[in-house]
Amino acid sequence: MAKSNKPIFWSLFAAGGTMAAFLAPVLALLFLMVAMGHAPAVFSYANLHAFAANWLGKIIILGVITLFLWHAAHRLRVTLHDFGLRQDAIVAVVVYLAAAAGTALSVVYLLRI
Amino acid sequence: MTQLKQRLVQLEVLRYDPEKDTEPHFQKYEVMCAEEWVVLDALNAVKENIDPTLAYRWSCHMAVCGSCGMMVNGEPKLSCHAFLRDYVGMVIRVEPLANFPIERDLVTVADDFIDKLKRVKPYLIPKEKKTIEQGEYKQTPAQLMKYRQFSMCINCMLCYAACPEYALQPKFIGPAAITLAHRYNQDSRDGGRDERQEVIATNEGVWECSFVGACSEVCPKAVDPAGALQQVKVASTIDWFKEHLLPGGSK
Amino acid sequence: MSRKPFVRPVSKTGWWLKHPRYMRYMSREVTCVFIGAFALLMLCTLERLSKGPEAYASFIAAIQGPLSVFGMLLVLIFALHNATSWFNVTPKALPVQIGEEFLAGKYIIGAHYAVWIVASLVVLFFAGVI
Repeated sequence: MAKSNKPIFWSLFAAGGTMAAFLAPVLALLFLMVAMGHAPAVFSYANLHAFAANWLGKIIILGVITLFLWHAAHRLRVTLHDFGLRQDAIVAVVVYLAAAAGTALSVVYLLRI
Repeated sequence: MTQLKQRLVQLEVLRYDPEKDTEPHFQKYEVMCAEEWVVLDALNAVKENIDPTLAYRWSCHMAVCGSCGMMVNGEPKLSCHAFLRDYVGMVIRVEPLANFPIERDLVTVADDFIDKLKRVKPYLIPKEKKTIEQGEYKQTPAQLMKYRQFSMCINCMLCYAACPEYALQPKFIGPAAITLAHRYNQDSRDGGRDERQEVIATNEGVWECSFVGACSEVCPKAVDPAGALQQVKVASTIDWFKEHLLPGGSK
Repeated sequence: MSRKPFVRPVSKTGWWLKHPRYMRYMSREVTCVFIGAFALLMLCTLERLSKGPEAYASFIAAIQGPLSVFGMLLVLIFALHNATSWFNVTPKALPVQIGEEFLAGKYIIGAHYAVWIVASLVVLFFAGVI
Protein backbone atom coordinates (compact mmCIF):
# COMPACT_ATOMS: atom_id res chain seq x y z
CA MET A 1 0.00 0.00 0.00
CA ALA A 2 1.30 3.44 -0.86
CA LYS A 3 2.64 5.68 1.84
CA SER A 4 0.05 8.03 3.27
CA ASN A 5 -0.18 11.76 2.62
CA LYS A 6 -1.68 12.31 6.04
CA PRO A 7 1.63 13.64 7.48
CA ILE A 8 1.14 17.11 6.02
CA PHE A 9 -2.32 17.43 7.56
CA TRP A 10 -1.19 15.82 10.78
CA SER A 11 1.68 18.26 11.21
CA LEU A 12 -0.74 21.17 10.71
CA PHE A 13 -3.03 19.49 13.24
CA ALA A 14 -0.16 19.10 15.69
CA ALA A 15 1.11 22.66 15.23
CA GLY A 16 -2.42 24.01 15.54
CA GLY A 17 -3.14 21.86 18.55
CA THR A 18 -0.03 23.11 20.31
CA MET A 19 -0.92 26.70 19.44
CA ALA A 20 -4.50 26.15 20.61
CA ALA A 21 -3.35 24.46 23.80
CA PHE A 22 -1.22 27.45 24.77
CA LEU A 23 -3.37 30.31 23.45
CA ALA A 24 -7.01 29.29 23.02
CA PRO A 25 -7.92 29.46 26.73
CA VAL A 26 -6.64 32.99 27.26
CA LEU A 27 -8.03 34.20 23.93
CA ALA A 28 -11.39 32.64 24.80
CA LEU A 29 -11.23 34.48 28.11
CA LEU A 30 -10.71 37.78 26.28
CA PHE A 31 -13.71 37.18 24.01
CA LEU A 32 -15.72 36.07 27.05
CA MET A 33 -14.99 39.43 28.61
CA VAL A 34 -16.22 41.13 25.41
CA ALA A 35 -19.39 39.02 25.54
CA MET A 36 -19.92 40.10 29.15
CA GLY A 37 -19.69 43.75 28.18
CA HIS A 38 -16.21 44.33 29.65
CA ALA A 39 -14.15 44.32 26.48
CA PRO A 40 -10.41 44.60 27.29
CA ALA A 41 -8.49 47.62 25.99
CA VAL A 42 -7.09 45.74 22.99
CA PHE A 43 -10.60 45.41 21.54
CA SER A 44 -11.03 49.14 20.93
CA TYR A 45 -11.06 49.80 17.18
CA ALA A 46 -7.93 51.95 17.44
CA ASN A 47 -5.90 49.36 19.35
CA LEU A 48 -6.96 46.28 17.41
CA HIS A 49 -6.56 48.08 14.10
CA ALA A 50 -3.07 49.22 15.08
CA PHE A 51 -2.18 45.64 16.04
CA ALA A 52 -3.48 44.21 12.76
CA ALA A 53 -1.84 46.99 10.73
CA ASN A 54 1.54 46.06 12.17
CA TRP A 55 3.41 43.35 10.21
CA LEU A 56 4.15 41.33 13.37
CA GLY A 57 0.51 41.61 14.40
CA LYS A 58 -0.51 40.31 10.96
CA ILE A 59 1.77 37.30 11.32
CA ILE A 60 0.41 36.53 14.78
CA ILE A 61 -3.24 36.89 13.73
CA LEU A 62 -2.67 34.82 10.59
CA GLY A 63 -0.79 32.15 12.54
CA VAL A 64 -3.43 31.83 15.23
CA ILE A 65 -6.48 31.75 12.96
CA THR A 66 -5.05 29.46 10.28
CA LEU A 67 -3.41 26.98 12.65
CA PHE A 68 -6.62 26.76 14.70
CA LEU A 69 -8.55 26.12 11.46
CA TRP A 70 -6.20 23.39 10.16
CA HIS A 71 -6.09 21.76 13.60
CA ALA A 72 -9.88 21.73 13.82
CA ALA A 73 -10.24 20.53 10.22
CA HIS A 74 -8.05 17.46 10.62
CA ARG A 75 -9.43 16.55 14.02
CA LEU A 76 -12.99 16.99 12.72
CA ARG A 77 -12.17 14.65 9.84
CA VAL A 78 -11.06 11.96 12.31
CA THR A 79 -13.92 12.66 14.73
CA LEU A 80 -16.60 12.37 12.04
CA HIS A 81 -14.99 9.07 11.07
CA ASP A 82 -15.25 7.98 14.72
CA PHE A 83 -18.89 9.05 14.86
CA GLY A 84 -19.65 6.70 11.97
CA LEU A 85 -19.38 9.01 8.95
CA ARG A 86 -17.09 6.72 6.97
CA GLN A 87 -16.75 8.51 3.62
CA ASP A 88 -13.34 9.75 4.64
CA ALA A 89 -12.23 11.00 1.23
CA ILE A 90 -15.24 13.30 0.86
CA VAL A 91 -15.03 14.54 4.45
CA ALA A 92 -11.32 15.25 4.02
CA VAL A 93 -11.91 17.37 0.92
CA VAL A 94 -14.69 19.34 2.63
CA VAL A 95 -12.83 20.10 5.85
CA TYR A 96 -9.51 20.92 4.22
CA LEU A 97 -11.20 23.14 1.61
CA ALA A 98 -12.94 24.97 4.45
CA ALA A 99 -9.62 25.46 6.25
CA ALA A 100 -8.00 26.62 3.03
CA ALA A 101 -10.83 29.07 2.42
CA GLY A 102 -10.45 30.43 5.95
CA THR A 103 -6.72 30.77 5.41
CA ALA A 104 -7.22 32.63 2.13
CA LEU A 105 -9.82 34.95 3.67
CA SER A 106 -7.51 35.73 6.60
CA VAL A 107 -4.83 36.82 4.16
CA VAL A 108 -7.32 38.92 2.19
CA TYR A 109 -8.69 40.69 5.28
CA LEU A 110 -5.24 41.28 6.75
CA LEU A 111 -4.03 42.82 3.52
CA ARG A 112 -6.94 45.29 3.69
CA ILE A 113 -5.80 46.56 7.10
CA MET B 1 -2.04 -26.03 57.71
CA THR B 2 -4.58 -23.20 57.59
CA GLN B 3 -7.67 -23.64 55.41
CA LEU B 4 -7.55 -21.25 52.40
CA LYS B 5 -10.55 -18.96 52.43
CA GLN B 6 -13.02 -19.91 49.72
CA ARG B 7 -16.07 -18.31 48.20
CA LEU B 8 -18.67 -19.15 45.60
CA VAL B 9 -18.01 -17.27 42.37
CA GLN B 10 -20.64 -16.66 39.68
CA LEU B 11 -19.36 -16.72 36.13
CA GLU B 12 -21.21 -15.85 32.94
CA VAL B 13 -19.20 -17.22 30.04
CA LEU B 14 -19.84 -16.68 26.33
CA ARG B 15 -20.14 -20.06 24.62
CA TYR B 16 -20.04 -20.79 20.91
CA ASP B 17 -19.92 -24.17 19.23
CA PRO B 18 -19.40 -23.68 15.47
CA GLU B 19 -20.89 -27.08 14.74
CA LYS B 20 -24.11 -26.50 16.70
CA ASP B 21 -24.68 -22.77 17.26
CA THR B 22 -25.71 -20.01 14.86
CA GLU B 23 -24.55 -17.40 17.36
CA PRO B 24 -22.86 -17.21 20.77
CA HIS B 25 -24.81 -17.31 24.03
CA PHE B 26 -23.98 -16.89 27.70
CA GLN B 27 -23.77 -19.82 30.09
CA LYS B 28 -23.74 -19.40 33.86
CA TYR B 29 -21.44 -21.32 36.14
CA GLU B 30 -21.14 -21.30 39.92
CA VAL B 31 -17.80 -22.54 41.21
CA MET B 32 -16.04 -22.59 44.58
CA CYS B 33 -12.83 -20.57 44.40
CA ALA B 34 -9.98 -19.73 46.74
CA GLU B 35 -9.96 -15.99 47.46
CA GLU B 36 -6.51 -15.39 45.97
CA TRP B 37 -7.33 -17.06 42.65
CA VAL B 38 -7.44 -15.42 39.27
CA VAL B 39 -10.20 -15.76 36.66
CA LEU B 40 -8.12 -18.41 34.87
CA ASP B 41 -8.18 -20.56 38.01
CA ALA B 42 -11.96 -20.23 38.14
CA LEU B 43 -12.19 -21.31 34.47
CA ASN B 44 -9.90 -24.27 35.16
CA ALA B 45 -12.11 -25.26 38.10
CA VAL B 46 -15.17 -25.08 35.83
CA LYS B 47 -13.48 -27.18 33.18
CA GLU B 48 -12.20 -29.77 35.65
CA ASN B 49 -15.32 -30.15 37.77
CA ILE B 50 -18.36 -28.84 35.92
CA ASP B 51 -18.02 -28.52 32.14
CA PRO B 52 -15.09 -30.16 30.33
CA THR B 53 -16.34 -28.80 26.98
CA LEU B 54 -15.33 -25.22 27.82
CA ALA B 55 -12.55 -24.17 25.43
CA TYR B 56 -9.97 -21.44 26.13
CA ARG B 57 -6.27 -20.73 25.68
CA TRP B 58 -3.77 -20.42 28.49
CA SER B 59 -0.24 -21.47 29.29
CA CYS B 60 2.16 -19.78 31.70
CA HIS B 61 -0.33 -18.52 34.27
CA MET B 62 2.04 -15.65 35.05
CA ALA B 63 1.42 -12.96 32.42
CA VAL B 64 4.43 -13.64 30.21
CA CYS B 65 3.14 -15.90 27.43
CA GLY B 66 0.23 -13.76 26.24
CA SER B 67 -2.09 -16.73 25.60
CA CYS B 68 -5.02 -16.13 27.96
CA GLY B 69 -6.36 -12.77 26.79
CA MET B 70 -10.14 -12.42 27.20
CA MET B 71 -12.78 -9.83 28.08
CA VAL B 72 -13.51 -9.80 31.80
CA ASN B 73 -16.54 -7.60 32.56
CA GLY B 74 -16.01 -5.82 29.28
CA GLU B 75 -12.31 -5.10 29.84
CA PRO B 76 -9.50 -6.80 27.90
CA LYS B 77 -7.45 -8.72 30.45
CA LEU B 78 -5.13 -11.68 30.78
CA SER B 79 -7.31 -14.13 32.67
CA CYS B 80 -4.25 -15.14 34.72
CA HIS B 81 -3.87 -11.50 35.69
CA ALA B 82 -7.50 -10.77 36.66
CA PHE B 83 -7.84 -11.31 40.37
CA LEU B 84 -11.14 -12.59 41.78
CA ARG B 85 -10.72 -10.25 44.74
CA ASP B 86 -11.34 -7.34 42.34
CA TYR B 87 -14.73 -8.76 41.37
CA VAL B 88 -16.25 -9.49 44.79
CA GLY B 89 -20.01 -9.20 44.92
CA MET B 90 -20.56 -9.26 41.16
CA VAL B 91 -21.10 -11.81 38.43
CA ILE B 92 -17.93 -12.14 36.36
CA ARG B 93 -18.71 -11.96 32.66
CA VAL B 94 -16.07 -13.67 30.54
CA GLU B 95 -16.03 -13.26 26.77
CA PRO B 96 -13.49 -13.91 24.04
CA LEU B 97 -11.12 -11.07 23.21
CA ALA B 98 -12.99 -8.32 21.37
CA ASN B 99 -12.41 -7.45 17.71
CA PHE B 100 -11.37 -10.97 16.74
CA PRO B 101 -13.65 -13.63 15.25
CA ILE B 102 -14.72 -16.32 17.69
CA GLU B 103 -13.40 -19.75 16.79
CA ARG B 104 -15.09 -21.55 19.66
CA ASP B 105 -16.07 -20.48 23.20
CA LEU B 106 -13.26 -18.20 24.44
CA VAL B 107 -10.87 -19.08 21.62
CA THR B 108 -10.44 -16.38 18.98
CA VAL B 109 -9.05 -16.49 15.46
CA ALA B 110 -5.75 -14.67 15.83
CA ASP B 111 -4.69 -14.98 12.18
CA ASP B 112 -5.18 -11.30 11.35
CA PHE B 113 -2.77 -10.25 14.07
CA ILE B 114 -0.21 -12.88 13.09
CA ASP B 115 -0.35 -11.77 9.45
CA LYS B 116 0.18 -8.15 10.42
CA LEU B 117 3.01 -9.08 12.74
CA LYS B 118 4.75 -10.83 9.84
CA ARG B 119 4.20 -7.86 7.54
CA VAL B 120 6.09 -5.42 9.75
CA LYS B 121 9.22 -7.65 9.75
CA PRO B 122 9.64 -7.82 13.54
CA TYR B 123 13.21 -9.08 13.50
CA LEU B 124 16.64 -7.60 13.22
CA ILE B 125 17.67 -6.66 9.68
CA PRO B 126 21.29 -5.82 10.47
CA LYS B 127 22.77 -2.57 9.18
CA GLU B 128 26.03 -4.36 8.55
CA LYS B 129 25.87 -8.11 8.53
CA LYS B 130 28.56 -9.76 10.60
CA THR B 131 29.76 -13.34 10.51
CA ILE B 132 30.20 -15.13 13.81
CA GLU B 133 33.96 -14.71 13.46
CA GLN B 134 33.62 -10.95 13.14
CA GLY B 135 32.16 -10.82 16.63
CA GLU B 136 29.08 -9.43 18.34
CA TYR B 137 26.90 -6.46 17.45
CA LYS B 138 27.79 -4.00 20.18
CA GLN B 139 25.26 -1.73 21.82
CA THR B 140 25.52 0.71 24.69
CA PRO B 141 22.98 0.70 27.52
CA ALA B 142 21.71 4.07 26.26
CA GLN B 143 21.11 2.58 22.79
CA LEU B 144 19.29 -0.33 24.41
CA MET B 145 17.00 2.01 26.34
CA LYS B 146 15.76 3.56 23.09
CA TYR B 147 13.75 0.44 22.30
CA ARG B 148 13.76 -1.69 25.42
CA GLN B 149 10.28 -0.77 26.64
CA PHE B 150 8.78 -1.70 23.26
CA SER B 151 10.51 -5.09 23.29
CA MET B 152 8.45 -6.15 26.31
CA CYS B 153 5.39 -6.99 24.18
CA ILE B 154 4.08 -10.51 24.76
CA ASN B 155 1.76 -10.45 21.72
CA CYS B 156 -1.30 -10.91 23.92
CA MET B 157 -3.52 -8.78 21.63
CA LEU B 158 -5.28 -6.99 24.51
CA CYS B 159 -4.39 -3.74 22.73
CA TYR B 160 -6.26 -4.87 19.59
CA ALA B 161 -9.28 -5.68 21.74
CA ALA B 162 -9.17 -2.21 23.27
CA CYS B 163 -8.51 -0.26 20.07
CA PRO B 164 -11.71 1.23 18.64
CA GLU B 165 -10.00 2.08 15.35
CA TYR B 166 -9.16 -1.61 14.86
CA ALA B 167 -12.77 -2.43 15.69
CA LEU B 168 -13.97 0.02 13.05
CA GLN B 169 -11.28 -0.65 10.43
CA PRO B 170 -10.09 -4.28 10.48
CA LYS B 171 -7.38 -3.44 7.95
CA PHE B 172 -5.59 -1.31 10.58
CA ILE B 173 -2.21 -2.88 11.25
CA GLY B 174 -2.74 -2.15 14.91
CA PRO B 175 -0.88 -1.18 18.09
CA ALA B 176 1.31 -4.19 18.85
CA ALA B 177 2.53 -4.77 15.29
CA ILE B 178 3.42 -1.12 14.74
CA THR B 179 5.04 -0.92 18.17
CA LEU B 180 7.20 -3.91 17.30
CA ALA B 181 8.17 -2.30 14.00
CA HIS B 182 9.16 0.77 16.01
CA ARG B 183 11.12 -1.41 18.43
CA TYR B 184 13.32 -2.60 15.58
CA ASN B 185 13.47 0.81 13.91
CA GLN B 186 14.86 2.18 17.17
CA ASP B 187 17.45 -0.59 17.49
CA SER B 188 20.94 0.71 16.69
CA ARG B 189 21.89 -2.63 15.12
CA ASP B 190 18.98 -2.51 12.69
CA GLY B 191 18.98 -1.23 9.11
CA GLY B 192 15.49 -2.28 8.03
CA ARG B 193 13.60 0.94 8.77
CA ASP B 194 12.91 1.80 5.13
CA GLU B 195 11.35 -1.62 4.53
CA ARG B 196 9.15 -1.30 7.59
CA GLN B 197 8.11 2.24 6.74
CA GLU B 198 6.66 0.95 3.47
CA VAL B 199 4.25 -1.06 5.63
CA ILE B 200 3.55 1.22 8.59
CA ALA B 201 3.71 4.70 7.06
CA THR B 202 0.50 3.94 5.20
CA ASN B 203 -3.16 4.77 5.81
CA GLU B 204 -3.70 1.26 7.16
CA GLY B 205 -0.56 1.63 9.22
CA VAL B 206 0.09 4.27 11.81
CA TRP B 207 -2.22 6.82 10.17
CA GLU B 208 -5.35 4.90 11.16
CA CYS B 209 -4.39 5.61 14.78
CA SER B 210 -6.12 8.56 16.43
CA PHE B 211 -4.31 8.31 19.76
CA VAL B 212 -7.26 7.01 21.74
CA GLY B 213 -4.68 5.54 24.10
CA ALA B 214 -6.84 2.58 25.16
CA CYS B 215 -4.09 0.21 24.02
CA SER B 216 -1.62 1.57 26.55
CA GLU B 217 -4.23 1.53 29.29
CA VAL B 218 -4.86 -2.21 28.92
CA CYS B 219 -1.31 -3.37 28.15
CA PRO B 220 -0.25 -5.79 30.91
CA LYS B 221 3.47 -5.18 30.28
CA ALA B 222 3.46 -1.35 30.25
CA VAL B 223 4.79 -1.33 26.69
CA ASP B 224 2.92 1.94 25.95
CA PRO B 225 2.00 1.18 22.33
CA ALA B 226 0.17 4.51 22.10
CA GLY B 227 3.42 6.33 22.80
CA ALA B 228 5.26 4.19 20.27
CA LEU B 229 2.67 4.96 17.58
CA GLN B 230 2.89 8.71 18.20
CA GLN B 231 6.67 8.44 17.88
CA VAL B 232 6.18 6.60 14.59
CA LYS B 233 3.88 9.41 13.42
CA VAL B 234 6.54 12.01 14.25
CA ALA B 235 9.28 10.02 12.50
CA SER B 236 7.05 9.32 9.47
CA THR B 237 6.13 13.00 9.24
CA ILE B 238 9.79 14.01 9.23
CA ASP B 239 10.35 11.41 6.49
CA TRP B 240 7.46 12.84 4.50
CA PHE B 241 8.86 16.38 4.63
CA LYS B 242 12.32 15.14 3.66
CA GLU B 243 10.93 13.15 0.73
CA HIS B 244 8.67 15.92 -0.52
CA LEU B 245 10.58 19.08 0.22
CA LEU B 246 14.26 18.26 -0.05
CA PRO B 247 15.71 18.16 -3.57
CA GLY B 248 16.18 14.59 -4.64
CA GLY B 249 13.94 13.38 -1.80
CA SER B 250 16.68 12.56 0.64
CA LYS B 251 16.26 9.78 3.23
CA MET C 1 -14.45 -30.62 12.77
CA SER C 2 -15.79 -27.75 10.67
CA ARG C 3 -14.87 -24.13 11.34
CA LYS C 4 -17.40 -21.31 11.33
CA PRO C 5 -15.80 -18.31 13.02
CA PHE C 6 -18.32 -15.80 14.40
CA VAL C 7 -17.68 -12.10 13.89
CA ARG C 8 -19.25 -9.93 16.57
CA PRO C 9 -20.79 -6.73 15.13
CA VAL C 10 -19.53 -3.35 16.34
CA SER C 11 -21.66 -0.21 16.24
CA LYS C 12 -19.99 2.32 13.97
CA THR C 13 -21.81 5.21 15.63
CA GLY C 14 -22.29 4.14 19.23
CA TRP C 15 -19.11 2.26 20.10
CA TRP C 16 -17.79 5.14 22.18
CA LEU C 17 -20.74 5.01 24.57
CA LYS C 18 -19.72 1.55 25.72
CA HIS C 19 -16.86 2.54 28.03
CA PRO C 20 -15.90 5.71 29.98
CA ARG C 21 -12.43 5.60 28.45
CA TYR C 22 -13.94 6.03 24.96
CA MET C 23 -16.23 8.81 26.16
CA ARG C 24 -13.23 10.65 27.55
CA TYR C 25 -11.52 10.25 24.17
CA MET C 26 -14.57 11.66 22.34
CA SER C 27 -14.78 14.59 24.76
CA ARG C 28 -11.19 15.42 23.86
CA GLU C 29 -11.83 15.08 20.15
CA VAL C 30 -14.94 17.28 20.04
CA THR C 31 -12.90 20.20 21.42
CA CYS C 32 -12.02 20.71 17.75
CA VAL C 33 -15.58 21.88 17.02
CA PHE C 34 -15.16 24.71 19.50
CA ILE C 35 -11.61 25.56 18.44
CA GLY C 36 -12.80 25.67 14.83
CA ALA C 37 -15.86 27.77 15.69
CA PHE C 38 -13.65 30.13 17.70
CA ALA C 39 -11.29 30.47 14.74
CA LEU C 40 -14.27 31.41 12.57
CA LEU C 41 -15.35 33.96 15.18
CA MET C 42 -11.89 35.51 15.11
CA LEU C 43 -12.02 35.51 11.30
CA CYS C 44 -15.32 37.39 11.42
CA THR C 45 -13.85 39.87 13.89
CA LEU C 46 -10.96 40.40 11.49
CA GLU C 47 -13.33 40.93 8.56
CA ARG C 48 -15.40 43.46 10.46
CA LEU C 49 -12.21 45.20 11.60
CA SER C 50 -11.15 45.52 7.97
CA LYS C 51 -14.46 47.17 7.08
CA GLY C 52 -13.95 50.16 9.37
CA PRO C 53 -14.99 51.52 12.79
CA GLU C 54 -18.79 51.39 12.34
CA ALA C 55 -18.83 47.81 11.05
CA TYR C 56 -16.46 46.77 13.82
CA ALA C 57 -18.43 48.55 16.57
CA SER C 58 -21.76 46.97 15.60
CA PHE C 59 -20.07 43.56 15.48
CA ILE C 60 -18.68 44.00 18.99
CA ALA C 61 -22.14 45.04 20.14
CA ALA C 62 -23.68 42.02 18.43
CA ILE C 63 -21.39 39.52 20.19
CA GLN C 64 -22.40 40.77 23.61
CA GLY C 65 -25.16 39.21 25.64
CA PRO C 66 -26.11 36.02 27.48
CA LEU C 67 -26.06 33.74 24.43
CA SER C 68 -22.54 34.88 23.56
CA VAL C 69 -21.44 34.50 27.17
CA PHE C 70 -22.73 30.93 27.14
CA GLY C 71 -21.01 30.24 23.82
CA MET C 72 -17.68 31.68 24.92
CA LEU C 73 -17.87 29.76 28.19
CA LEU C 74 -18.24 26.56 26.18
CA VAL C 75 -15.27 27.56 24.03
CA LEU C 76 -13.25 28.29 27.17
CA ILE C 77 -14.12 24.96 28.79
CA PHE C 78 -13.29 22.95 25.69
CA ALA C 79 -10.12 25.00 25.07
CA LEU C 80 -8.99 24.15 28.60
CA HIS C 81 -9.84 20.47 28.03
CA ASN C 82 -7.79 20.51 24.84
CA ALA C 83 -4.87 22.18 26.62
CA THR C 84 -4.73 19.79 29.57
CA SER C 85 -5.17 16.66 27.46
CA TRP C 86 -2.55 17.95 24.99
CA PHE C 87 0.07 18.70 27.64
CA ASN C 88 -0.49 15.36 29.37
CA VAL C 89 0.31 13.28 26.29
CA THR C 90 3.26 15.28 24.96
CA PRO C 91 5.91 13.19 26.81
CA LYS C 92 4.61 10.05 25.08
CA ALA C 93 4.96 11.49 21.60
CA LEU C 94 8.25 13.27 22.22
CA PRO C 95 10.25 11.35 24.81
CA VAL C 96 13.47 13.01 25.96
CA GLN C 97 16.32 10.59 26.55
CA ILE C 98 19.20 11.77 28.72
CA GLY C 99 21.93 9.15 28.83
CA GLU C 100 20.29 5.88 29.80
CA GLU C 101 17.24 7.46 31.43
CA PHE C 102 14.20 9.13 30.01
CA LEU C 103 13.19 12.50 31.42
CA ALA C 104 10.18 11.86 33.63
CA GLY C 105 6.95 12.96 31.97
CA LYS C 106 6.06 15.26 34.85
CA TYR C 107 8.94 17.63 33.99
CA ILE C 108 7.87 17.91 30.37
CA ILE C 109 4.25 18.40 31.37
CA GLY C 110 5.20 20.85 34.11
CA ALA C 111 7.28 22.87 31.66
CA HIS C 112 4.26 23.08 29.32
CA TYR C 113 2.01 24.35 32.12
CA ALA C 114 4.67 26.91 33.05
CA VAL C 115 4.92 28.17 29.46
CA TRP C 116 1.13 28.20 29.25
CA ILE C 117 0.80 30.37 32.34
CA VAL C 118 3.50 32.77 31.15
CA ALA C 119 2.02 32.99 27.64
CA SER C 120 -1.44 33.64 29.09
CA LEU C 121 -0.11 36.39 31.35
CA VAL C 122 1.76 37.98 28.44
CA VAL C 123 -1.40 37.99 26.32
CA LEU C 124 -3.46 39.41 29.20
CA PHE C 125 -0.84 42.13 29.67
CA PHE C 126 -0.81 43.17 26.02
CA ALA C 127 -4.61 43.02 25.94
CA GLY C 128 -4.70 45.57 28.73
CA VAL C 129 -6.37 43.27 31.24
CA ILE C 130 -3.43 43.22 33.70
